[in-house]
Amino acid sequence: MTTLQTVFEKARADRRAALVGYLPAGFPTKDGAIAAATAMVEAGCDVIEIGLPYSDPLMDGPTIQDAVHRALVNGTRIADVMRTVEGVAKSGAAVLVMTYWNPIDRYGAERFARDLANAGGTGTITPDLTPEEAGPWREVSAASGIDTVFLVAPSSPDERIQAVAECCTGFVYAASLMGVTGARTSVGAAAEGLVKRCRAQTDLPVCVGLGVGTGAQAAEVAGYADGVIVGSAFIRRLLDAPDEASGLSAVRELASELAAGVRA
Amino acid sequence: MTIAEGSLITAADLVGGGVAGDDPDDRGRFGVFGGRFVPEALIPALDEVAKIYAEAKTDPAFISEFDHLLRTYAGRPTTITEVRRFSEVAGGARVLLKREDLTHTGAHKINNVLGQALLTKRLGKTRVIAETGAGQHGVATATACALLGLECVIYMGEVDCERQALNVARMKLLGARVVPVGNGSRTLKDAINEAFRDWVTNVDTTHYLFGTVAGPHPFPEIVRDFARIIGVEARRQVLELTGGLPDAVAAAVGGGSNAIGIFHAFIGDEGVALHGYEAAGHGVETGEHACTLTEGSIGVLHGSRTYVLQDDEGQTIESHSISAGLDYPGVGPEHAWLKDTGRATYHGITDAEAMEAFSILARTEGIIPAIESAHALAGTMKLGRELGPEATILVNLSGRGDKDMGTAMKYFNL
Ligand SMILES: Cc1ncc(COP(=O)(O)O)c(C=O)c1O
Repeated sequence: MTTLQTVFEKARADRRAALVGYLPAGFPTKDGAIAAATAMVEAGCDVIEIGLPYSDPLMDGPTIQDAVHRALVNGTRIADVMRTVEGVAKSGAAVLVMTYWNPIDRYGAERFARDLANAGGTGTITPDLTPEEAGPWREVSAASGIDTVFLVAPSSPDERIQAVAECCTGFVYAASLMGVTGARTSVGAAAEGLVKRCRAQTDLPVCVGLGVGTGAQAAEVAGYADGVIVGSAFIRRLLDAPDEASGLSAVRELASELAAGVRA
Repeated sequence: MTIAEGSLITAADLVGGGVAGDDPDDRGRFGVFGGRFVPEALIPALDEVAKIYAEAKTDPAFISEFDHLLRTYAGRPTTITEVRRFSEVAGGARVLLKREDLTHTGAHKINNVLGQALLTKRLGKTRVIAETGAGQHGVATATACALLGLECVIYMGEVDCERQALNVARMKLLGARVVPVGNGSRTLKDAINEAFRDWVTNVDTTHYLFGTVAGPHPFPEIVRDFARIIGVEARRQVLELTGGLPDAVAAAVGGGSNAIGIFHAFIGDEGVALHGYEAAGHGVETGEHACTLTEGSIGVLHGSRTYVLQDDEGQTIESHSISAGLDYPGVGPEHAWLKDTGRATYHGITDAEAMEAFSILARTEGIIPAIESAHALAGTMKLGRELGPEATILVNLSGRGDKDMGTAMKYFNL
C-alpha cells in the first residue's frame, strides 16, 4: 500500500505538487471506474479519491451529481466501492474514499475502517464530518491505520482551521472557494490565502480542490499548495465520451496535462 | 425598550420557559440526536445564526417587533374552535382545533418565517433562500420577504411544483423566484439539497430560512422557538375554555414544526399525552410512505442525526405521501428524542385515512383543512375512539386546504 506520506515526500523531493484525481465508484460502470482511475494513475495521478455514491450529495455540483446518480442506478454498493479501491490500489497510487458521513455511520464505522484498510485503502475524506462529530471516526481510523482528511474553506476562521487540521492525518483539504464541486473558469482567488492560513496552523501538506480542471490551473495551484485535486473535469471527459475507449483516452489525456501542470 | 402591554409573547415564551433538558446542548444535540453534519464552509454561518439568535431572543426590541408582526400581520392569536359534529366520528371526545389555518398565508409556517425574516435583517443579509414542499413555507417566506424588502429564492421539487401549482403562482406573485428542482426524487428532500448548495455559494449575502425543525443546529431550536407560540396560546385558551388541560395533543409530523410548535408548551405537563401523526402513504407495508419515526432508523440527513428512511447502506429511501408537506424521509431531531424518551408517541396515517378525515371535517364543520393537517384529524378520530367521550383532544389544524383543491378534485372526482 502506498501511503500519503510517501506520496508527499516523493513529490517534495521532485520539487512539485502531488496530483489527486477523483472518480466515483460505479461510474461510468463498476469495472469502468477501475479502468478509468487506473488510467488516471498511469498518466500521472499520485492519489485517487474514490467517491462513495450517495443519494443526497449536498456538497456536489451537477457534474458529480450526475455521475453519482448513474453509479447508484448501476447498483453500486459499498462492496463495489471496496473492490474499486482494491483494483485501483494495484496501480501503485494512494487510494482514499471520499464519502458523506451517513453511509459510514450506517455500515458501521469500525467495520468500514477495517474493510477499507483490508482493501488497500489509505484513508477517507469526509466532507460533512466536522471536528465536533469526528471523534469516534478518528479513533477507529487510527486503530485500522487509515488516514482521516477533513476540509477547510475560505470562510473558516483560524480557530476552525486549527481544529480541523488537528483532526487531519495525511493532508488538509482546502476548498478553493465557497461553493459546490465543479470545474470553474478560474480557481478561487481565496485559495492561496487559505493555504497560507493553513500553513500557520499545521505542518501537514495542504491540497487544494474545487474548481480546478486544466493544466494551467494546476500549475497555478501547484505554485502554493502541496497537492492539486481534480474531480469534475475527469467526470466531464467520461460523460462527454461516445464510448468507453475514448473516455479512457480522454481521462488519460487530461491526467497528463494536469501532471505536466503540477511540474511546471 | 419594554414589551408592550398586552403583548402575546414574552422572552420566556420564546425561549421555552425553562423546561428541564429541553434545549439542545452546545453541540446542538437533543440526547444523541441533532448536531451538525454539514460542510465546514457552512459552520461559520451556522455559528453566526446561533449567536445572533441568542442575542435576539433575549432582546426586548426583537421580541416586541416579532410580537407586533404576529398580532398585526399574521393575525395572532388564532382562535381555538370546538368541533362538536366532528367529535361524533372521534368517539365523542371533546375536540378542540387550534386554528393555524386562519393565519395570514394559511398555515403555521408564517410564525417561523416572520421570526427568521427579522433575524435575517439582524444578520445584515439581504437575500433569503428557502425550500418548500407543500409550498406553504415558500409562500410564507415570499410573503415575509415582500414585507421586509428581502430578495427571495424558493427551491421546490418538480413533483411538488405540479401538485401545488397554485402556491407556485402565489410565490411568483409575491415577487419570489421559484426554482424547480429536477434531481433525485424531485420533492422536498432534493429542494433542501439544492438550497444548501445555494447557501454554501452565496452565504455572504444570504440567509437560509429553514422551514421546519430539522437540519443542522441551530435550526431545530430556532424554528421550534418561533413556532412555540402555537402551544403557548393554545394552552391558555384550553385552560380558559375547559378549566383544565387537554388529555392529548395531536399534530401532523412532516419535518415536525407544527407538531413541536403545539407540543412544546405541554412537555412539562405530564398528564398531557402528545401524539404525532406521520404520513403512511399507501400503507407502510407497501414501502410507499413517509413514516420516518415509526418505520425509519437512526442516521444522518440534511445535517442532523435523527430518524431517517434509509436502506442498509445509508442511502435515503424516497418517501411517499399524498400531502407534499409530509413527503419527507427525515424528521426533526427533537421529535426523535421525544420518541426515544417516550414523551411523545408517533403513528402512521394513510393517504386514504387522511382524505377521509379531510372530507369529514369539511362536511361536518365547514372547515377545509390542509391535507397535512388532515393526518392529525384522522389520528384524532382513532384516538378519540380509544379515549372516549370524557377526553379532551387539542388538535393543531396547521393549515387550510385551499392549496390542496387540485389534489382533492382528482381524489374525489369533484
Ligand atoms: C399546513 C401544513 N402542515 C404541516 C406541514 C408539515 O410540516 P411540519 O411537520 O414542519 O409542520 C406543512 C408543510 O408544508 C404544512 O404546509
